[in-house]
Amino acid sequence: MGILDSKVPSGPLADKWTNHKNHIELVNPANKRNIDVIVVGTGLAGGSAAATLAELGYNVKTFCYQDSPRRAHSIAAQGGINAAKNYQGDGDSVYRLFYDTVKGGDYRSREANVYRLAEVSTNIIDQCVAQGVPFAREYGGLLDNRSFGGVLVSRTFYAKGQTGQQLLLGAYAAMNRQIQRGKIQSHTRHEMLDLVLVDGKARGIIARNLVTGEIERHSAHAVVLATGGYGNLFFLSTYCMGANVMAAWKAHKKGAFFANPCFTQIHPTCIPVSGDHQSKLTLMSESLRNDGRIWVPKRLEDAKAIREGKLKPTQLKEEDRDYYLERRYPAFGNLVPRDVASRAAKERCDAGYGVNKTGEAVYLDFDAAIMRYGREKALTSGMKDADDKTVRKLGEEIVEAKYGNLFQMYEKIVDQNPYKTPMMIYPAVHYTMGGLWVDYNLQTTIPGCYAAGECNFSDHGANRLGASALMQGLADGYFVLPYTIGDYLSNDIRTGKIPTDSPEFDQAETHVRERLEKLMSGKGEHSVDYYHKKLGKIMWNKCGMSRNAKELQEAIDEIAELRADFWENVRVPGTADSKNQELEKAGRVADFLELGELFAKDALTRNESCGGHFREEYQTPEGEALRDDENFTFVSAWEYKGEPKDAVLHKEELVYENIEVKTRSYK
Amino acid sequence: MKLHLKIWRQKDANSKGQMVDYPLNGVEEDMSFLEMLDVLNEQLISKGEEPIEFDHDCREGICGTCSLMINGRAHGPDTRITVCQLHMRSFNDGDEIVIEPWRAKAFPVIKDLIVDRTAFDRIQQAGGYISVNTSGNPVDANAIPIEKDVADQAFNAATCIGCGACVAACKNASAMLFTSAKVSQFALLPQGQVEATERVQNMVRQMDLEGFGNCTNTGACEVECPKGISLENIARMNREYLNAAVKA
Amino acid sequence: MSGLIKSSLARKVVMALSGLFLVLFLVLHVSLNLASVVSPDFFNEASHFMGYNPLVQFVMQPILIAGVIIHFVMGFILEAQNRAARGVGYVMYKGSANASWVSRNMIYSGLVVLAFLGLHFYDFWIHEMAYKYVEANPADPTRYYVETVEKFEPIWRTLIYVVAFVLLSLHLWHGFASSFQTMGVNNKYTPAIKSFTKIFAVVVPLAFAFIAIYHHLNPITH
Repeated sequence: MGILDSKVPSGPLADKWTNHKNHIELVNPANKRNIDVIVVGTGLAGGSAAATLAELGYNVKTFCYQDSPRRAHSIAAQGGINAAKNYQGDGDSVYRLFYDTVKGGDYRSREANVYRLAEVSTNIIDQCVAQGVPFAREYGGLLDNRSFGGVLVSRTFYAKGQTGQQLLLGAYAAMNRQIQRGKIQSHTRHEMLDLVLVDGKARGIIARNLVTGEIERHSAHAVVLATGGYGNLFFLSTYCMGANVMAAWKAHKKGAFFANPCFTQIHPTCIPVSGDHQSKLTLMSESLRNDGRIWVPKRLEDAKAIREGKLKPTQLKEEDRDYYLERRYPAFGNLVPRDVASRAAKERCDAGYGVNKTGEAVYLDFDAAIMRYGREKALTSGMKDADDKTVRKLGEEIVEAKYGNLFQMYEKIVDQNPYKTPMMIYPAVHYTMGGLWVDYNLQTTIPGCYAAGECNFSDHGANRLGASALMQGLADGYFVLPYTIGDYLSNDIRTGKIPTDSPEFDQAETHVRERLEKLMSGKGEHSVDYYHKKLGKIMWNKCGMSRNAKELQEAIDEIAELRADFWENVRVPGTADSKNQELEKAGRVADFLELGELFAKDALTRNESCGGHFREEYQTPEGEALRDDENFTFVSAWEYKGEPKDAVLHKEELVYENIEVKTRSYK
Repeated sequence: MKLHLKIWRQKDANSKGQMVDYPLNGVEEDMSFLEMLDVLNEQLISKGEEPIEFDHDCREGICGTCSLMINGRAHGPDTRITVCQLHMRSFNDGDEIVIEPWRAKAFPVIKDLIVDRTAFDRIQQAGGYISVNTSGNPVDANAIPIEKDVADQAFNAATCIGCGACVAACKNASAMLFTSAKVSQFALLPQGQVEATERVQNMVRQMDLEGFGNCTNTGACEVECPKGISLENIARMNREYLNAAVKA
Repeated sequence: MSGLIKSSLARKVVMALSGLFLVLFLVLHVSLNLASVVSPDFFNEASHFMGYNPLVQFVMQPILIAGVIIHFVMGFILEAQNRAARGVGYVMYKGSANASWVSRNMIYSGLVVLAFLGLHFYDFWIHEMAYKYVEANPADPTRYYVETVEKFEPIWRTLIYVVAFVLLSLHLWHGFASSFQTMGVNNKYTPAIKSFTKIFAVVVPLAFAFIAIYHHLNPITH
């Protein structure tokens, strides 16, 4: 195994977690009061971890760049959260959720971690209901479920199209309770600029107060990173504007391995790009695929006429439409996993069937669903011979009740009414499965440095299923990390407070100050956004939905060049010792310019297609992904060695003892 | 289109601010309002000036970070949206647009258009939670059925994004809609009723301490709230508070 | 009292309760005044009763005066706090886009009504107090009707009264329904309360104005 010890406990899969919990070291309550833990990032994973750690008795310091933990981007998750509750009695179980997640991840995730995730998923729902999270309910007063892509059961709990918001506010409330008790010190508008190691252990961070520009030292016995994903690498994505890789990247540079950086999720249903000014893309929840049918015109000339505005989609007859997902994947139809749906959309658009001005959009049509619901409603309301108009009206009401906020959001952005004309959608970067490598305890390769939620790599393999991100964030934060970290902290009960005047802190602070100065001293040719947009274009065109060796190599070179140009010529106005949003952005983009290169290098190394990583050289004659299990059933964990190009690959072999590794088929 | 922008500039909390004029050309209808400001900022940077700082993050109307008073209205002329969802098609060529930060004593300006809304966090910390331990809750989620209608009402109250538009739009800078939304969510749900008496008193006490104004039921908050949080929540909070006062 | 001043919700409840109490008084007042149009004799009788019944004079009258004082003093306190809560004002503020004029200008409609109350007290109450307690005149149960009608002889006074009643109407238009919201009445009753408010806010001031105009147009011929 070398240095990569995943520390997966022995024993049967179903007992691993329970046995592990029974045998890890605990810290007694009196000693917990003497132990400090830093949590960076306060979204679902960080917020729930901070609340639970504080509740257990540790002294917790939280850091987030937002003005309040309530604004973390977990809030934007729309569709729902999976849990193997089997409330619908449709044959769901912990094993099935585990199986679906491993299969959905295209057999590139760690079996034991995924099983644990499925196992604790049920607790999450119990926990959240107890906290007052208002999940959707049926008329009988019990919790409602819906289905998501890549599965054949209904196990997704939801709160309209705002599930992430409700779960995050639950975690935020739990945090608030501990803040009020004095067990959490919350530092908002603060950004972690470096990790401080003392004797090889993570012992603190250097943070910048984003309001005053002050550089601060904070020490602790352990540091938890829950800073989310790095999809903003692509400039245009469904991420929030501030999302960044800084904390994770700084940890990487201090010795934490970065795993599977090229595993990125491109979500199939986002609102298409409208112009060069675009700053971000908006997701339309996957739950829409429960009822929406995806299509493009069958004939090229129709597609052309639509693009030129000569033809309306509603004028196109049923037989002239190509419901390509239903055609290609009859078993799962419109509910195939995200990577499959995204590639299929790209394939159609590349072939010339795209339906908006730029030719990069497909239709998501609710007409059939509106009529189906309408007829059902008419019948149950005793209207036997309702005319089409009435049926449509009834149907629209039902669709509005289900997806009203999403439809409203679409209409505000695109200025078209999706009840009357099909939505236009196109894939966009949405999530990163890759992240800091962690063992079963969620510890990175730096002792005392932990990573939770999207920030780590552990559970989703090469593709994440819908409604699993919320599940993982809360599982890590509420139920896994607070216990596994005790095993490490039990050795620290006699350590005492970590001083912040040590040479290690001095050095880290000096390094941070030098870097800020360097960013401020660019010769001033271009703005930060200029570089970010350029990087995004390279990433999207050469490391996006489909990749090939030639373009990946080009990307590596271009990014390295762009990085050099950035450090030479970036213009950051203002000063470093005051509020300065351009400086904040500059620091983040500087990190992306390094990670981008590692990303391309990772993609170039992985000579196979799996999940979200599609290499054009490796596909079946029908254009499906061609995995290479013999040579690539491993996690790529990269060790930092100065420049991204010098990064060293370590492999964690993935062993499947409880699941038969098969070709993933959704046909 | 061409716009005449008048924007509040203020160096930091202790400096005096003023309105500054910025003409802007080449604005497209499909741009969001914040993308329009991005364009202006790019121009300012290229001229060597400091860009205008404004709060924003998710740019899809859910995080509650963006907060601009546009032509005298919180989140601009359109309703049921945040500034990041406002598009330039709501304006016309040649328009003058006045952009100011939220104004309230409890929301001091940090820089330019950015204000400090931590008062809202402190109100939540005073009682905006249910005191259950997060570690291992043994009660099954379906053990307490909740009437769909009640659950939906609680959800509607819970959709508040904490942006502060209610305070900004209210002529009294009152935070009643914000505070009442959380009080309502928990007052409606059986899980929240155990602590209801204490919760409403503590949250209202904190709201007053922060220096927000008194509610005079003008209803401006409800109109400007991007999530359509209803005034009904304020009535419910008043009711809860009176009940608590009677009990105490 | 300090506790009441401390909590914003309690302050509002005081405002609502004193307001509702004054609304009740208005009902009584307008009914009595209508008698002056219908039956001068009954008006005289009732006025005499109100003027000499010790319960009315020494218990209800002070309560009423206290109610008025509490309502406007609390109104001023709230207004001052609300203005302070804004801090720096907006350069541009479109209050009309999201709230009605009456709801935003209660302080002004209230001030006009208060100013009117000054005149009204001067016209009737001071005169009455002087008649009874300073000059110590004997009781005369027939004087009220004549005194009332004479007051409305000058057109200026009648006009001032009518204008004040218009402002009273505006004040009630928002204030009456609003007090129920403040008291936490379930919003399912709001539509009914609002409809009733609209009727009440028009009918009562209209009745007052009608009485003033009626007496102005029908002076007592000597």
